[in-house]
Amino acid sequence: MGVEEIPKETLLEMYKKMHKIRTYEETLAKWYYEGKTPLFDISAGPIPGELHLSPGQESAAVGMCIHLKDEDAVIGTHRAHHFAIAKGVDLKRMTAEIFGKATGLSGGKGGHMHLFDASKNFSCSGIVGASFPQAVGVGIAAKLKGENYVAVAVGGDGAANQGTFHEALNLAALWKLPVIFLIEDNGWAISVPKDKSTAVAKNSERAKAYGIPGVSVDGADVIAVYEVAKEAVERARRGEGPSLIEVRVYRLRGHFEGDPQAYRPKEDFELAKEKDPLLNFEKLLLEKGITTEEELNRIKEENEKEVQEIIDFAVKSPYPEPEEALKGVFAGGE
Amino acid sequence: MAVVREITFAQALNEALDYEMSKDPKVVVMGEDVGVYGGIYGVTAGLYDKYGPERVRDTPIAESGFIGTAVGAAATGLLRPVVELMFIDFLGVTFDQLYNQAAKMRYMFGGKAKISMVLRTTCGAGFSAAAQHSQSLHALFSHVPGLKVVMPSTPYDAKGLLISSIEDDDPVIFIEHKGLYAIKGEVPEEPYSIPLGEADVKREGKDITIVATAAMVHKSLEVAEKLEKEGVSVEVVDPRTIVPLDVDTIINSIKKTGKLVVVDEGYPRASFASDIAALAASKAFDSLKAPVKIVTPPATPVPFSPALESEWIPSTEKIEKAVREVL
Ligand SMILES: Cc1ncc(C[n+]2csc(CCOP(=O)(O)OP(=O)(O)O)c2C)c(N)n1
Ligand SMILES: [Mg+2]
Repeated sequence: MGVEEIPKETLLEMYKKMHKIRTYEETLAKWYYEGKTPLFDISAGPIPGELHLSPGQESAAVGMCIHLKDEDAVIGTHRAHHFAIAKGVDLKRMTAEIFGKATGLSGGKGGHMHLFDASKNFSCSGIVGASFPQAVGVGIAAKLKGENYVAVAVGGDGAANQGTFHEALNLAALWKLPVIFLIEDNGWAISVPKDKSTAVAKNSERAKAYGIPGVSVDGADVIAVYEVAKEAVERARRGEGPSLIEVRVYRLRGHFEGDPQAYRPKEDFELAKEKDPLLNFEKLLLEKGITTEEELNRIKEENEKEVQEIIDFAVKSPYPEPEEALKGVFAGGE
Repeated sequence: MAVVREITFAQALNEALDYEMSKDPKVVVMGEDVGVYGGIYGVTAGLYDKYGPERVRDTPIAESGFIGTAVGAAATGLLRPVVELMFIDFLGVTFDQLYNQAAKMRYMFGGKAKISMVLRTTCGAGFSAAAQHSQSLHALFSHVPGLKVVMPSTPYDAKGLLISSIEDDDPVIFIEHKGLYAIKGEVPEEPYSIPLGEADVKREGKDITIVATAAMVHKSLEVAEKLEKEGVSVEVVDPRTIVPLDVDTIINSIKKTGKLVVVDEGYPRASFASDIAALAASKAFDSLKAPVKIVTPPATPVPFSPALESEWIPSTEKIEKAVREVL
């Protein structure tokens, strides 16, 4: 299977999502640094707190989520905006959340690492490795209800060394659950390179230990991700059990915004540019004559306009009332 | 002659680590990003270059794994691990190795095992780091017999207490408030130790006692200073170590002033604050001239939005209000 067999409509939808993610993240980054200088003050500015952005990793999110429906669950990590966007989370409300506003997905209580949208079955967590067993839970619920929806647990290469990853793989394999474990291998866990943290070269190899399929795919090529993800989703929907996918990507930015990245060799930055999935996809679409510059430019303009509206919404939204801090610990709101 | 300079809390900790590593080859440092990066707050800066990757070990993100490794290494008696848990909130990932293993081995094995290790970790809200990166969970550790719990508030205390903690023959949970790393204070260049279990009276007073921990010590001192202008004399006691606790210093202060406010960033229930309040009731009841008040965050997770978080954290206004009510 190749790009030719994928409908143009789908390809353009994927392109649009990838470009939207890129535009969104780069725009957020600009807003993030507002008010934080001259001395980097993490709690200042319109976007306070840590910010982990996803440029360079769009293919993992879009290549996977293009196969998913609203009923399918995605459980992301601390770096989750790309998956949220690919899954169709309401971007105005998500952005308001990231700005700490009352109109946010969680009224400003959660922030960028704790995004939740029940209508899209999307959630994420700031605890590395937390996603895996929760996806098993979604899988068991799907199976017991006799539904054919699937759960995708996302984790970084760093997260794949947590016990939860291995426990969850075993559970999902043992119970033959519709779970897809997606490891986004960007080669780094903050400053620690994968070869200093991981005993095997590829996390997909770890599937063998649990008797399930494991595939490693080059994230520079979103079509390759699309194909691998399609197979895993179809297998899960057929009731044949879990799969493990490693998508090899590069971080185009720091671990968090403000990360000086002194630990990162020059070649790694160069490779990141070379492996940029968005630029590669654009090139492919043009080379194969699937689309034209004009068509792509139109998409880009639409995205830029939309992102601007989204940010405006967040900026103009009010902050929550302080008393809100005291509400909502238990059922019943109080 | 002793050389005393102004350095930051983070630098003071770094000096303690450096001193212990240079003195004792058994001391090893492990944790996420502690090596090349020097720790995300810079506390282990320079140690990797100086002592090498075997003694300053970057670990995978596997807290249960590498903290359990530290427990096992300490149990051999051949190493004294100082292991870093990046945020105290990640405690859940590794708790068994600490509360069922490290904490219990000496007792459960009839005094024949010894776990000399330090777990350094960070606490504290105020940075919009939200519910999973902002907590102050010292009460969870101090509930379990067998763990010592240290919580310094000044650069001077940080250095002396870390040296004592590393030299201690029991597992020590050393908690660093993120809001303190950049504060500066006078610290001797020479190594020195502060015994675990000795409170420090940060300010003497006679009308009311505030017992406060970590960042709350500084807020309490601000309030004390303000009230002094009105002729109110506030004593601020910093226990410095939660376990062991210097009961005498706290009780003597309460007996002197007859009034107590406890200020702590932990949640209010089953907490450090309620523990000290109970102590006052059981050991200084006759001296108390007013009900004890505690100033803590509410019993809710830490909210993200600055509009909510600033309501959540104990403020100088709330401390002042509590002090005035007790007076
Ligand atoms: C249990 C836990 N340990 C440590 C951290 C701190 N931390 C946040 S992100 C991160 C690195 C994660 O690396 P990886 O899983 O590869 O994801 P990436 O950031 O590269 O996307 C670490 C150590 C955390 N949030 N949770
Ligand atoms: Mg990574």
